[in-house]
Amino acid sequence: MKGWIAFWNILAKDMRAYYLKPPNISWGIVFPLAWTAMFFIRSGSGLDSIPSLLPGVMAVSVLFGTTSMLAVTVTFEKKGRSFERLLLAPIPLELLMLAKTTGAILFGVANAFVPVIMAAFLTDLSGINWLTLIPAVVLIAVSSTFLGLFIAVSVSEVFEAQTFSNFFRFPMIFLCGLFFPIEQLPIWLRPLSYILPLTYGADVLHGSVHRPPHMSLLVDFGLLIAFCAVLFGISLRNIRCKWIT
Amino acid sequence: MKEDASMIEVRGLTKAFDKIIAVNDISFSVRSGEIFGFLGPNGAGKTTTINILTGLVRPDTGMIRINDINCSDNPKAAQHLIGVIPDESNLYPELTGFENLCFCASLYGMRKAARQARAGELLKTFGLADTAGRKFGGYSKGMKRKLTIAAGIIHTPPILFLDEPTTGIDVASARQIRQLIADLNTGGTTIFLTTHYIEEAERLCRRIAFIVKGRIVRTDTVEDLMRQTDGRYAVQFAVSNDATRLCQKITSEFPNLQCQMVTAGVIRVESSETIRVGPLVRLLEDCGTEVSEARKMRPSLEDVFVSVTGIEAGMMKQEKEKAKMGGGV
Repeated sequence: MKGWIAFWNILAKDMRAYYLKPPNISWGIVFPLAWTAMFFIRSGSGLDSIPSLLPGVMAVSVLFGTTSMLAVTVTFEKKGRSFERLLLAPIPLELLMLAKTTGAILFGVANAFVPVIMAAFLTDLSGINWLTLIPAVVLIAVSSTFLGLFIAVSVSEVFEAQTFSNFFRFPMIFLCGLFFPIEQLPIWLRPLSYILPLTYGADVLHGSVHRPPHMSLLVDFGLLIAFCAVLFGISLRNIRCKWIT
Repeated sequence: MKEDASMIEVRGLTKAFDKIIAVNDISFSVRSGEIFGFLGPNGAGKTTTINILTGLVRPDTGMIRINDINCSDNPKAAQHLIGVIPDESNLYPELTGFENLCFCASLYGMRKAARQARAGELLKTFGLADTAGRKFGGYSKGMKRKLTIAAGIIHTPPILFLDEPTTGIDVASARQIRQLIADLNTGGTTIFLTTHYIEEAERLCRRIAFIVKGRIVRTDTVEDLMRQTDGRYAVQFAVSNDATRLCQKITSEFPNLQCQMVTAGVIRVESSETIRVGPLVRLLEDCGTEVSEARKMRPSLEDVFVSVTGIEAGMMKQEKEKAKMGGGV
């Protein structure tokens, strides 16, 4: 029970101190809107293209929202030494890091629904399978957040966190099948697509919005969960090795 | 808790960072209810020792027991029993003083009503009640230090680790903090204190360990350490002229006396025999200097520190202040 009091208060503190700050709220709204507008104009095929663009814009919004925020907040607290305060608290490291990442996960999920709300005014979304879309968004947010955590633990400066994040984010956007089908990628690039968590998330999102998924939902969700577990495990191991030296 | 029972017990603790040995095979114990001082120059291994004991750094070898809990392999095991006040204030600048304390209390699983009551009580005790609603980032250095101490004791820990609690703050705040430390100890809290202010350690601590280059060179009660100065006499003169030249003059005229410059206008004369002030004042006046004060000095812990470690205490203090101004080491 004591651990959960700490969990809830760390989450509430982070939400108030970082995620609900006006600049971050505006980033969370403007960024997905900008992506949506950009791809909508670029496609040039009118409102009909919205369903095929929506999964990509949702996934990119989650990916950028979570990795940016977490890499910055954790690196910032580590540098300011306030993170030491958390490490000194009598709560398991696993619970502490879950508390630190839950804020970013919620932020990512909220980001994902900005383009959905926008699209709802422009096109008919009644065909969306919400039962698969919502868990996919949550799992994409969790895996992206844990990727952000992995990045945050690997660097010591905030600017390094941003640079390192881009090293993962940009290739991921183009290789995971969000905007270009994986089958159209050069054959030597395709294996790379299949080691990215977003590939499986994107497949479920496409499947939920406008076309059948390429892989079975069981495989997509199973692999997404596996990526979350592996990234979280690696991050915890890195914290124990690098921060508790 | 039984007086004289060991609250912290450390045996053969060693920690190296790459090839630098920060802490080298140190052993000591801190008794229940005492203030134990850890005194040493910059880079001696004081903060590393605190970080190991509190679970922020993993030791290479050694045994740590806190309140009979073996923490050598599981540093989290005793974290509920300890409070830590780091050498730099590390609270959240965007939260108010009250919010910071409530947040820190929540990390120890305190419920809302209990943490709000405790935060209010501590803000009053530390004289910060009027600024409780102000953001921590806007606090003065002294206020930040006091709130950091309050955050360290929010969960009423029986053991408190204080790393350089009064460094870099004004005299009045430092005095208040020393009083708060003494009060906490009177209330039963066992305190492990690192400081480079020797007079602070002398005033507050019951026992002291001198640490130099990662090794403990001496551990004793303040009384026993001071006994080492028995039979030493010292007189300090406030002079108007160049103290270095005057020191040379004194030692050439009185070879049985040791003379050193304390500051530009103060010299200190020491001897194992009683010092006759009259001839010294006459000599100084013959050199054309005006002696505004001659004061018999009580031998201090600083003298013991210098004789045990060979390190000039003044140098240690300056070094630390410089490091703090440059962002800390």
